[in-house]
Amino acid sequence: MGEGIDWQLVGDSLVPLLMGLVHGTIPLTAITFVLGLALALVVALMRLSKSRVLSGVARAYVSVIRGTPLLVQLFIIFYGLPSLGLTIGAFPSAVIAFTLNVGAYASEVIRASILAVPRGQWEAASTIGMDGFTTLRRVVLPQATRVAVPPLSNTLISLVKDTSLASTILVTELLRKAQEIAAPTFQFFTLYTVAAILYWVVCFVLSVVQSRAEVRLGRYVTS
Amino acid sequence: MSTSVEHVGRPATGGGRPLVEVRDLRKSFGELHVLRGMDFAVPSGSVTVLIGPSGSGKTTALRCLNALEVPEAGVVRVADCEVDFARPVDKRTVRTLRSQSGMVFQSHHLFPHMTVIQNVMEGPVTVQRRAREQARTDALALLERVGLADKADQFPFQLSGGQQQRVGIARALAIQPRLMLFDEPTSALDPELVGEVLAVMKDLADQGWTMVVVTHEIRFAQGVADQVLFLDGGVVVERGAPAQVLTDPREPRTRQFLHRLLDPL
Repeated sequence: MGEGIDWQLVGDSLVPLLMGLVHGTIPLTAITFVLGLALALVVALMRLSKSRVLSGVARAYVSVIRGTPLLVQLFIIFYGLPSLGLTIGAFPSAVIAFTLNVGAYASEVIRASILAVPRGQWEAASTIGMDGFTTLRRVVLPQATRVAVPPLSNTLISLVKDTSLASTILVTELLRKAQEIAAPTFQFFTLYTVAAILYWVVCFVLSVVQSRAEVRLGRYVTS
Repeated sequence: MSTSVEHVGRPATGGGRPLVEVRDLRKSFGELHVLRGMDFAVPSGSVTVLIGPSGSGKTTALRCLNALEVPEAGVVRVADCEVDFARPVDKRTVRTLRSQSGMVFQSHHLFPHMTVIQNVMEGPVTVQRRAREQARTDALALLERVGLADKADQFPFQLSGGQQQRVGIARALAIQPRLMLFDEPTSALDPELVGEVLAVMKDLADQGWTMVVVTHEIRFAQGVADQVLFLDGGVVVERGAPAQVLTDPREPRTRQFLHRLLDPL
């Protein structure tokens, strides 16, 4: 007792930990990644727009989010806003904080990927009559996606691990579950190691998906 | 019914009025004056070739015809669409002007994520909202015409440079323009691939297409052009029938340019 891995406890805690993963970590990651990407696309287009106001707002947003710790943002939303009369539940608070984060980081990736598509593609599209929005949808974004997949996969994998910060505002995700089980048994090493392995498994699966996506999106590209 | 490909190839000839008219075109990039008052006209069903040294403004002049470059001043008219660039020009006017012409670029600019036939169908289906099946039939006929029907389902990177350029021509034809613009269509090609592209262009000329071509292919100009414009310093220095401008130029600058082009050493 108290030394090394407690295999009995590993077996007993696996189901609750997996529940934390399936009901907490994974939905939190999935929801915030989807919302974050949508936000990021809007922010990227604002930054690329000719309007100084739009690009200024986008720039300020990215600067604030990237320039402050995610944990502090999380605390402001969950612990800070109630004192202004705005109380948001733990899970929604986490969704808001992580979405704002993904939105900022991914917007830079998307902006760069859009800029990586040659100007000739915009010109060619306009000569067959396309407007800007259609060009973006049909010509530019499909090509930008190929460029964006590796860096966006980084963002996604970071997000999986960052969701563990939500344990600090009592969202019952994987790390929180591990804490809950570890506290009465004092088996911190065992529980946190199992949690770490589960995070790694999720990230490993995601990187396999990433490789497949890269192969698929690269099928039209010259060597 | 504008279904047959043959129909596509025959823009209506409108009275005696030229299809294209350009008046006093002016354009500068910062301090660099690329166009200093350029005038020319292109009669319907004729081929105009623009030649000139690099920096002469020939590509810029061509790109003003579909407003890929917006000149500071001057009037461009293609068919019934006349745009005075001295006044502010809104997006819709630009799009109307642009829709009059099909454009073939020096480096094809095919959409790399679409197959050959998808490239050709994109304008008709996505922009012009034509029925997919009909657009497919028309696209195949166009690919047949440029000799690439068997490549329909390949991606652009699987083709040679000459084939890519011919797909580019088919894509431009597919939107049924009044006018075809070619911006140095063979300059980026290996020498042995130039002929197949020029052959397609000659074919289009024979079918009565109105074409404006920027090229260094003097023999193409001699054989196909109805009018040759020699540009230098942002103005038309000399213009006329190819036999005159290319073989018996009046202007010393034209003579000098041709001499260097035909005998570079």
